[in-house]
Amino acid sequence: MSKLSLSVGPQHPGSGHMRIILTLSGDYIIEAIPDPGYVHRGEEKLAEYRTYIQNIPHLERPVLLDATGAIFPYILAVEDLMNIIVPERAQFIRVIMAELNRIISHLYYMAIYGIFMGHSTMFMWPVGDREVFIDLANNIAGQRVSYAFLVPGGVRNDMPEIVKERAEKACNYFEKHLIEYERIFMNNPLFEKRTKGVGILSKQDAIRLGVVGPTLRASGVKSDVRKDDTYSVYDQLDFEIPVSNACDSWSRAWIHMEEMRQSMSIIRQCLKRIPAGPVKLNLKQIKVPPGESFSRVEAARGTLSYYLISDGGKVPYRVRIMTPSFRNLITIPNIMKGVMLADMPPTYWGIDYWPVEADR
Amino acid sequence: MLETSNTESTLIEREQKLAADLKSRFDDVLEITIKPKRIKIKVKLEKLLDTANYINNNLGFDHSTSVSGVDYPNSKEFEVVYHLSTYGREDIRDIVIALSTRISRDEPKTQSLISIWPSVEYSERETFEMFGIIFVGHPKLEKLLLPEDWNDIPPLRKDFKPPGR
Amino acid sequence: MVGGASPNIFVGKLKDILQYSINEPLNYLVNWGRLYALWPVHLETACCSVEWGAVSGPRYDIERWGMLAAFGSLRQCDVLVILGTVNRKMAPRVRMIYDQMPEPKYVIAMGACAVSGGLYFDSYSVLQGVDKIIPVDIYLSGCPPRPEQLIEALIMLQNKIRISKIS
Repeated sequence: MSKLSLSVGPQHPGSGHMRIILTLSGDYIIEAIPDPGYVHRGEEKLAEYRTYIQNIPHLERPVLLDATGAIFPYILAVEDLMNIIVPERAQFIRVIMAELNRIISHLYYMAIYGIFMGHSTMFMWPVGDREVFIDLANNIAGQRVSYAFLVPGGVRNDMPEIVKERAEKACNYFEKHLIEYERIFMNNPLFEKRTKGVGILSKQDAIRLGVVGPTLRASGVKSDVRKDDTYSVYDQLDFEIPVSNACDSWSRAWIHMEEMRQSMSIIRQCLKRIPAGPVKLNLKQIKVPPGESFSRVEAARGTLSYYLISDGGKVPYRVRIMTPSFRNLITIPNIMKGVMLADMPPTYWGIDYWPVEADR
Repeated sequence: MLETSNTESTLIEREQKLAADLKSRFDDVLEITIKPKRIKIKVKLEKLLDTANYINNNLGFDHSTSVSGVDYPNSKEFEVVYHLSTYGREDIRDIVIALSTRISRDEPKTQSLISIWPSVEYSERETFEMFGIIFVGHPKLEKLLLPEDWNDIPPLRKDFKPPGR
Repeated sequence: MVGGASPNIFVGKLKDILQYSINEPLNYLVNWGRLYALWPVHLETACCSVEWGAVSGPRYDIERWGMLAAFGSLRQCDVLVILGTVNRKMAPRVRMIYDQMPEPKYVIAMGACAVSGGLYFDSYSVLQGVDKIIPVDIYLSGCPPRPEQLIEALIMLQNKIRISKIS
């Protein structure tokens, strides 16, 4: 059978800009080479020309869906160098925002999965339910998606009292709806036929290639930064890590759903345990002594880490960002082998690749 | 040289054990710095491959988190830092080792560690295009994120001024 | 009267009659048909695409105003919505996409980055405004703009189409 080279070009109807160069033999893919860089904005260079506080809005932008997860490790690295302790109430508010962002990001993932499969109800329901959680985040941080809410030393503003009962209502509503999701979307025979057994990434490959996030947990490795290298107040909370041994696209989607359940349980625990008190240290200026710091956090898509070097000046010396999508890029040649061309979009979206995050 | 920060010794016991293990095997390691859950090791360029092999096979650090380049124009050097972590050994999953080496700025060439950790493939390519550091042994050292017709100096060097500043 | 004036005045009056009776209603009819069936190509670059997803959802349903969220081929679409930052590597491809669409076509530049470079004014890799490569009809600023602003941009585009002349 003769081979055909196909360029699945930069502009896609549902995803960001990324090119994959496929080599096909008939209807099956034999080689897939990724070509990122179409949304590269030079974040690491820009960070060296802005002060520590001015960096916060633009370092959130790579993953605007999950803005708290994107800026959390930067704040942890700066606080590590400054050697300050954050008040307890601020830490609980940070965890609530991080888990809300995780739910918002996972619902967007399910919505676009629906578009790639041609299932428009799977687009409409998650996007509609996402608005419930965006409203909650709006009540806490004051903005729909781009918060700039976390600062070194705490959070910007206090959480209003009405959030407690609204969050309880939202979690009750969504938990009932999640059972419907499982019945209609996950156990749908067409969805199962197209995703079970497709896009296999074995456990040895996942460890050898350093994969992160739900893609790693779908291949049988029980690893999550919130439990392994714990930060903030996660060691006081009680939650589980969903793991699957099936290593295919269906189990990656299933793990996203289970993580949403765990996130709602974490939000409920935080709202019960949150103490009264100040929400930020009243620092007169952000003065960072010279040194190096490496910090990592479990964002919605996986491990996000920052390597920050400071020379004691007003601006950072070097900021190195390593995002989960860039680390998962290396799986694309592996999981696409032997997949049919029509199954390529769901397989590609299954690893939760967000092009802006990978390119920074 | 072994330097420790001023923390209680029980907090950094595992890190000190790992550092002592490495020091006993390679006695010309330049410097080891220890903080809770973070160890930084500086080696000379000739010993990079051996140290990396030892950390992978004997200490159990089976994948690399990131590869970074840092530019020090005052001392005319680049520093290449590999951050390493482990999934296999569950007792030290929270420890991150930073393995670094310094190379000259005028002729930046270093050994690629892709034969030990396959996960460094795209990070080394990015460091090549952003700093101009050549990784000997990498199968495909080409542009990854910059436009195809980029003809200026590598952008993350300190003497590249962004337009508009 | 001068010899040539009388036929000129007659031709002038005939032209006015034709204008009022056929050309203007035809103009109105064709524009009305275009207004409420706009098919967008959305260039989902960066952060603003999150608000595009929200505006196609059940709460801020943009389909009520006539923009069908059809993820079809480029060759049958009217509107190009640039959602965010365009950088140097992507710029030739954006031009190619604009050239592939059939006439009449309209462009909405959404977000501060597409209007003028935005937060990335000193980046080595970002194009300072997408109007350097394609002509833009509606500029919508915000970082990211709220879904209600996107709907307002659509209504402004529809007003612009309503008064335009078909040639």
